[in-house]
Amino acid sequence: MKYDLVIVGGGPAGLAAAIAAKDNGIDSILIIERDRELGGILNQCIHNGFGLHTFKEELTGPEYASRFIAQVEERGIEYKLNTMVMDIANDKTVTAMNATDGMFTIEAKAVILAMGCRERSRGALNIPGYRPAGIFSAGTAQRLVNIEGYMPGRRVVILGSGDIGLIMARRMTLEGAKVLAVAELMPYSGGLKRNIVQCLDDFDIPLYLSHTVVDIQGKERVEGITIAEVGPDRKPIPGSEIHYDCDTLLLSCGLLPENELSKTAGVELSPITSGPVVNDSLETNIEGVFACGNVLHVHDLVDFVSQEATNAGKNAAKYIKEGKQDASKEVKILPVDGVRYTVPTTVRPEVMDDTLTVRFRVGQVFKNCAIATYFGDELISKRKRPVMAPGEMEQVILKKSQLAEYPDIENITIKIEEA
Amino acid sequence: MYDVAIVGAGVVGSAIARELSKFKVKACVIEKDEDVCNGTSKANSAIVHAGFDAKPGTLKAKLNVRGNEMMDALSKELDFPFKRNGSLVVCTKDQDPALLDELVEKAKANGVEVSILEREELIEMEPNLADDVVKALYAPTGAIVCPFHLTMALAENAADNGVEFFLNTEVTMIEKKDDFYVITTDKDVIEAKTVVNAAGVYADKLNNMVSENKLEIIARRGQYCLLDKDAGNHVSKTIFQLPSKMGKGVLVTPTVHGNLLVGPTAEDIDDKEGINTTADGLGSLGVTSAQSVKNVPMRQVITSFAGLRAHEVNGDFVIGEAEDAKGFFNAAGIESPGLSSAPAIGEMVASLVAESLGLEKNPDFNGTRKGILNPATLSMEERNELIKKQPAYGNIICRCEMISEGEILDAIHRTLGARSLDGVKRRTRAGMGRCQAGFCSPKTMEILEREVPMSMFDVTKNGKDAKIVYGYNKKI
Repeated sequence: MKYDLVIVGGGPAGLAAAIAAKDNGIDSILIIERDRELGGILNQCIHNGFGLHTFKEELTGPEYASRFIAQVEERGIEYKLNTMVMDIANDKTVTAMNATDGMFTIEAKAVILAMGCRERSRGALNIPGYRPAGIFSAGTAQRLVNIEGYMPGRRVVILGSGDIGLIMARRMTLEGAKVLAVAELMPYSGGLKRNIVQCLDDFDIPLYLSHTVVDIQGKERVEGITIAEVGPDRKPIPGSEIHYDCDTLLLSCGLLPENELSKTAGVELSPITSGPVVNDSLETNIEGVFACGNVLHVHDLVDFVSQEATNAGKNAAKYIKEGKQDASKEVKILPVDGVRYTVPTTVRPEVMDDTLTVRFRVGQVFKNCAIATYFGDELISKRKRPVMAPGEMEQVILKKSQLAEYPDIENITIKIEEA
Repeated sequence: MYDVAIVGAGVVGSAIARELSKFKVKACVIEKDEDVCNGTSKANSAIVHAGFDAKPGTLKAKLNVRGNEMMDALSKELDFPFKRNGSLVVCTKDQDPALLDELVEKAKANGVEVSILEREELIEMEPNLADDVVKALYAPTGAIVCPFHLTMALAENAADNGVEFFLNTEVTMIEKKDDFYVITTDKDVIEAKTVVNAAGVYADKLNNMVSENKLEIIARRGQYCLLDKDAGNHVSKTIFQLPSKMGKGVLVTPTVHGNLLVGPTAEDIDDKEGINTTADGLGSLGVTSAQSVKNVPMRQVITSFAGLRAHEVNGDFVIGEAEDAKGFFNAAGIESPGLSSAPAIGEMVASLVAESLGLEKNPDFNGTRKGILNPATLSMEERNELIKKQPAYGNIICRCEMISEGEILDAIHRTLGARSLDGVKRRTRAGMGRCQAGFCSPKTMEILEREVPMSMFDVTKNGKDAKIVYGYNKKI
């Protein structure tokens, strides 16, 4: 099999990338999706709040997905469902498998990685205690409730204040469970402010910042959870324990880009984001392999995933039509002073688009600070932000015209400064 | 009336059952849990010791060496993963190298091939050994094994040769009659001419029901961290530490499936169900392992667990007929090197029982068993052939370990098939990868519901009350 473009993953990133590639003149596109329908994790996100940026209205996850799926269908873009990509070789040969076609290989001119992310598990968190039933990642619980229609718990404690955990606090409550508390290791929430208000405050669910789970009781099913306050070293403070009789522990402790396939292809990954290192085209170190969405870095809003993936699709189309863009110069984007990382990490002033959105997250809560951008040593822009938190993405927009005025710079630095 | 009732379907009980099935015998295995391999056998170092460590002359020494010898042939007959990766006992610059010489002497007495290697050779072999390591004992016959598949293979083969298994059946009382035993369980009463006690940490309780020669088994907890397959090549051999003032040390080893395993701690505890991990225990593993292996990527832990070793206070395995209870055979105090010794314990106990009952050989015994097919070992053509015949092999359920529905169906429908999420996991590895069943558990639940068949509300993690879901939405 041969396709110009293979897109691995039919979630929001893969869909938007496919649409953009098609609209930029590529007809031979295949989306490979492992689940039974397109849309990815949006299908289980039945709450609203999606699409405010993209469609200027509030949609549920499935509604948001369906708008993109409709565009894919309208354009006649090919996709395979229930199909697992088993391997991506660095020559862009994609090996995939499903029950009807068996195992097959596709030679692709370009590949877009859009596999999304997974949740950090109890094991990865190394929470001590027994290993009974009743410990779920928030996303697994969300699938059970929203897709399968089954309740995985009656009395629930949630560790981690990531958005899925907050959403599930409300969801479980609405379906008849009692959510006793949300504990968050950090002194700030990992989720969006609006979710704290709408999912916890509105339901009188307490949020304990700087707390973690120190013991899980119950040999068959969870019978109790003990949380404790942590000090600045994030170690539990003896004597601060709070015990809950409960049958369920949900975990919402961070998402990890799923880059196992990228690794087999030889894609270089960032130790900070766990996603591929990309340039301004969202191209990885392997020519013709692009990445977007949560496999690249974990996003806060799906709207930004769609925007990013649109760029990846456009850039992949350009690569397929025109080949490698030669650029004599690559400028590094350095994240310092509170900026944890940037995507992309490099920009090529000669070949970049007119504008480039650089996305990043901050490492702690900042109040009344500013995002400063330096070309070399020169301050180029400083934008005030009343509040910045690690749970929300920030961005800086670089202009090609402006960069052209600084032909000699080696680095662009983005940092957080006092306003 | 059974000829033999074996209590406990761990690796020891299963090995005894299989060896007994080589005779014409009416035998059963009684297991309190919902699956075989659910106690000590499922949570240990997953290694087959070379046999240099046990005190010469003990049952531990004899059976370890014999068990190790038996593994190659057994792994072929029963189709379970086994690999002779070799083991090292490392000595750091602050430790007494004379301790290694003592091990060499013990190895000689036990008939185990070992050699002493100096740092230069060692580093070539294992570049990640700690900088302080100066020399080591090398045992080429040290090996790694999948304890689940070893146990399941033994049990399945025993069952296929006529041994009955009563799962979810807990022995509550054993009474000796003149020439048989009455075994009361939480289900039926079972009568048997002989009883084999392979009850792990509860072997003392069973023995003490019928014998005045009381046993005392202490549960010795060992906590482990299992690391991602990305870290699986950090060492290639099993790296032991010399015992020091700090304790017995921990091992760092690849597993036969390609993960890295670090552990165990050693804590005597009162609770024979105390398989909980602790912050202190897990925290200690990184520090202790660093004494033998550097840069162990402890951030790549995918799960941690604890197992209980059945330590008998006198230190050796307790194997044989109870003096004051004819027909009651113990296989008790089977702590390390119990997994390594299990096939040999099976052989020894079965021959004692056979002799006592005057059993004849079973001419119909078939000692081969086919494991669950791992499609990843097939060529693309073979795999496509398979998928054409059985499309379920083309449907990946566990994305981390790339396990197909076909493998899960095999796990459910084979002899002593899986009935729980853990049962599927131990047979196929679905759910054992880096996401720890986050994505595949709802799918595996659906397959169990459809194939067993069973109600979704009866699907458990590992039996009894380990239920996953309580009811439909709003109906809990």
